[in-house]
Order: sequence, then C-alpha cells, then structure tokens
Amino acid sequence: MDLYAVLSQILVGLSRTVILFIVSSGLSLILGVLRIPNVAHGSLYMIGAYAAYTISKYFGGQDTGFWVALFGAPLFVAFLSFIVERSVFQFLYEREHLMLVLLTFGFSLIFGDLVKLVWGGEYKTVPVPRIFQGYILLFEHLHLPIYNAFLIIIGPVVALLLWLFVNKTKMGKISRAAAVDREMVGAVGINVSWVFGVTFVIGCFLAGLGGMLVAPTISVTLGMDHSLIMESFLIVIIGGLGNIWGALLGALIFGLTQSLGILLWPQFGIVFPYAAVVLVLVFKPKGLLKSTW
Amino acid sequence: MGKKGLIPIAFLLLLLFPFFLPRFYVYLSSLILIHGLLATSLNFVLGFGGMYQFHHCVFYGVGGYTTALLLTKTSLSPFLAFLAAPFASAILSILMGVICVRLSKLYFGMLQISLGSLVWAIVYRWYSFTGGDDGIHGIPIPHLLASTNSAYYFTLVITALSMFAMYRMLVSPFGKTLQGIRDNPVRCEMIGVNVKLHQLLALIIAGFFAGVAGMLFVIVDTTVFPEMLFWTLSLEVLIMCLVGGWFTFFGPLLGAAILIILRTIISTYTVYWALVLGVIMTLIIFFLPNGILGYIEEKLKRG
Repeated sequence: MDLYAVLSQILVGLSRTVILFIVSSGLSLILGVLRIPNVAHGSLYMIGAYAAYTISKYFGGQDTGFWVALFGAPLFVAFLSFIVERSVFQFLYEREHLMLVLLTFGFSLIFGDLVKLVWGGEYKTVPVPRIFQGYILLFEHLHLPIYNAFLIIIGPVVALLLWLFVNKTKMGKISRAAAVDREMVGAVGINVSWVFGVTFVIGCFLAGLGGMLVAPTISVTLGMDHSLIMESFLIVIIGGLGNIWGALLGALIFGLTQSLGILLWPQFGIVFPYAAVVLVLVFKPKGLLKSTW
Repeated sequence: MGKKGLIPIAFLLLLLFPFFLPRFYVYLSSLILIHGLLATSLNFVLGFGGMYQFHHCVFYGVGGYTTALLLTKTSLSPFLAFLAAPFASAILSILMGVICVRLSKLYFGMLQISLGSLVWAIVYRWYSFTGGDDGIHGIPIPHLLASTNSAYYFTLVITALSMFAMYRMLVSPFGKTLQGIRDNPVRCEMIGVNVKLHQLLALIIAGFFAGVAGMLFVIVDTTVFPEMLFWTLSLEVLIMCLVGGWFTFFGPLLGAAILIILRTIISTYTVYWALVLGVIMTLIIFFLPNGILGYIEEKLKRG
C-alpha cells in the first residue's frame, strides 16, 4: 500500500479526531459529573455550526467573521444551554438514566426543529479564513490543508485547558468531588446545583466549539447531530466515563479506524469504528481508562 | 369492573375497522398495531425486565430485512420467509444478549447500542446485498396478503397472538421471576435464581417478537430501509413505552397509537412534528412519569 496514502489518511483522521474529541470531552464532563447522558449534546454541536455560519456572515464572511464566530458561536451555545439547564434539567438530576436519555432526546428533537425553523433546510457553508487557506507541504507528495493543521494544534490545547480546569481550579475540584458524592459536597456548604450548572454549561460550550470548528470543513446541514451524538457516546464509553484523556483516546481510536478503514475497504469505511468500539467493549466493558463513577 | 372483558370487545371493534374506515386509515391502523407490537416487545425487557435495551429496533429491522431478502432473492415459499424473520432476529438477540447481559443499566444500554450501530452500519453500506441506504422497494407480497385489508387482518391476528403469548409469559413463573430480577437482582441471585440466564431468555423473546413486527411491516408497506435499524427509531419506540406507561402491559400499544395518530394529524398542519413530540415528552416526564395508562391504573386502584 502507498505509504503517502496511509500518512495522508492518518492526517485526515487526526483532524477528525480533534472535532470528535472536543465534542465528546464536553459530553464526558457532563456524563461524569452530572451523570446526565445528554442526547441533546449533538444538537448543540449542530447549533454551534449554524451559529458560526450566521456570525461569520454577519461580520462579512471573511477573516473577521471567522474569528468572531470562533468565540461567539460556542458562547451562544453555552448561553442557550444555561437557559435550558436552569429552567429544566436542574430539577431532574435524581431521575433514572432512562428518563434522562428520553428527556434529552426530547430536547434534541426540539432543537432540531428549531434549527430548521430559524435557518431553513438548505446547506450552509462557512468560509475558511485567508490565513488558513492553502496547503503545507510536509514531504514530497504529502499535502496538509493549513486549516487541518490548525485543528490538529487546537485539539491538544483544548485538552490541556480542560485538564487544568478539572484538576487545578477550585471549581473543577468541587465538580470532581460532586461527581463522587454529591450529598457530601452539599453537606459541607457548597451549592451543588450551581456547580452542576457551570459544569453543564462548560460541557455544552465544548459542543458548540466543536460545531464551530467543523463548520468550515463540511457543509452545515440538518441531521449532522444524529450521527455525531452516537459517535461521541461511543467514544465516551470506550474511553471511560468522565475521563478526559479517555475521551481523547476514544476519539483517536474512532477517528483513525474511520480514516484508515476507508483506505482499506472504501465501501465499509464507516463499519470499522463501530467494530473497534464493539471489540473494546467486549474485552473492557467499562472503558479503557478509569471512569469517574 | 371487568377490565379483561374489554379486550374481546376491542378486538371485535378492530375486526370491523375495514368496513367503515377509508383505506388510508386501515393502513394507519396496521402501522399502529406493528409499532404497538414492537413497543410491547421492547417493554418486555425494559419495563418488566429492567434492562436498558436502547437499540431494540435492530431486531425489528433484521426481521424486516430477512423477509425482504428471502422474498426478493430466493424462490422460497413466502410463508417460509415470514416464518424465518423472527428466528433471524432471535438468533441475533442470542449473539448480542450473550455479550451484553454481563453488564447492567447504562453500560448494558451503551454496549447494546454500539452492537446495534454496527449492524446498522453494515446494512447501510452493503449495497450489493441489502440495497444500502436505498433499502429495498416493491417487495413481492403473496397475492393473498397484497390488499390493504387482508394485510390489516393478517397484522391484527398475528399481533393479537403475539401479544397474548407475551402476556402469558409475563404471568408465568418465568415472567414473575423476571420482574423479581428487575426489582432486586442481588436478592434473586442469592435465593438461587440464575439471573443472567433469565435476562438472556427475556432478550431472546423480545428480539423474536420485534422480528415478527419487522416481518409485518414488510407485508403492510412492501419496503425496507436502513432507518428501520437507526437508533432514532429505537428512541421513538422507547417514547411510545414512556407515553403509554412502562409498568403496564397495554401501555406501549396505547403509546404507539397516540403517537402515530398525533403525528398523522399534526403533519397535516405543520412540518414541525418533532418539536411537538419533544414538548409532549418533556411534559409527560415531568407530570406523568408512569405514563398515561400507569396514571389511570393508579387512579383506579385508589378508587
């Protein structure tokens, strides 16, 4: 097999991994701390992409538009999730997982239709800013789009920031404690409800960021939430619930098996990641790394 | 009050449907029966077995595809094709069940959904065999069952027989043990019940009847498509169980009827059916966590 083809597929897989990681780390945070299997997470990713389109268009569709959208779109998603969390989800933390799955699925249906209502059914595209256009020549025949290089850099940055938040800030430490024993954290006088609220909003911010970052590489369309949410759930499960490095590992497995699978057997490319997930879960049903539960 | 007396009356009423309903509504009634059977089979493991079978529709889809493939690609007798569907689904549930049954609750559900997604991905991509994302259309149905009315009667009889079989199983010692496992698995294990075996058997039974529902769908609709195995349909069937009531036998059937009728009515006014469904679900989870039939039963018990 052509070595360059393998290498270039690995690079494609890595940029996909970054998107998958950013979205699933948010899901993992919410699942690990709040124990909500948030099916609406995929919809927030989609809303992030649509918001990026609107913001980037409003600011001229060029470089400024992109940079404003990079921060504006995730913040918009975070604000939206804040409203939903305070008005609905905060009352339901004690419910069974099954109920939470269905409730959040209900919200994903609502969000899906609201997106259709606001943005319509047509494809939207977000332009790549000028400095990220073009290719980097890595080797003789190996081209890497600059935007993908930007993605590959931003992934570890997000992972590091998230790790710092969870392990080094007071808020992160409280949220980890609340994940283990929420009653005890409440008993020492900490407002657990607000800790949960902030964690939820940060997780959703990451979903919005993932949607914003993916927007220039694909055509933004309805239904992009459905395939992604399933992939992120599987990534979180194979990585270990609530474990950020687990989400990174899971995203790597998923992204690389997908891109290399396409090379191996184009027709069944999408089957490979699912097969990899099944293989991991058969041998390590609770995920590769330690979960926070 | 004789609640059991209502069932034959309802059945007789259903038998008369084709005499006074237009064709489209007869077709709709068949769809309700099929989804009701599918939801009931899910509730067999979900409400009565306490297992989070998130991706139940895999068995429905596999049943449908088995019938469709046997009818289009082989010259076997059509009734053999119908008979093969539930067994294909049951075999798949054995395979998936053996892997999943070691786990419980959310982990069970996630492993089950990942296995189901694998099956979906294969069906979705295997163009030469399953037709890929196009599915299979215009499946030749035997002449006897080709009309809307005869398909409806066939669906009605098979659904009634399947529901009766599941009901008998739930009131049998096996069913009671299953409900005991749902309420306290540790205790059941301690008094010598083989918990995993009971759960596996329940999964196989549920898969079998989901396959029956898939087979009926092929007869009524003469198509199969990969969305039959996609996880969103599984969650929609879960919603049917929730709306009707988890812990009641007829709840899922009621839920299927309510949702399909509502969808038909609302779709004539607006394209935003999913929005309405989402709002209904949120309200049900907040105010009627045991579903509509569960609420009614509770009221009747209190008098």
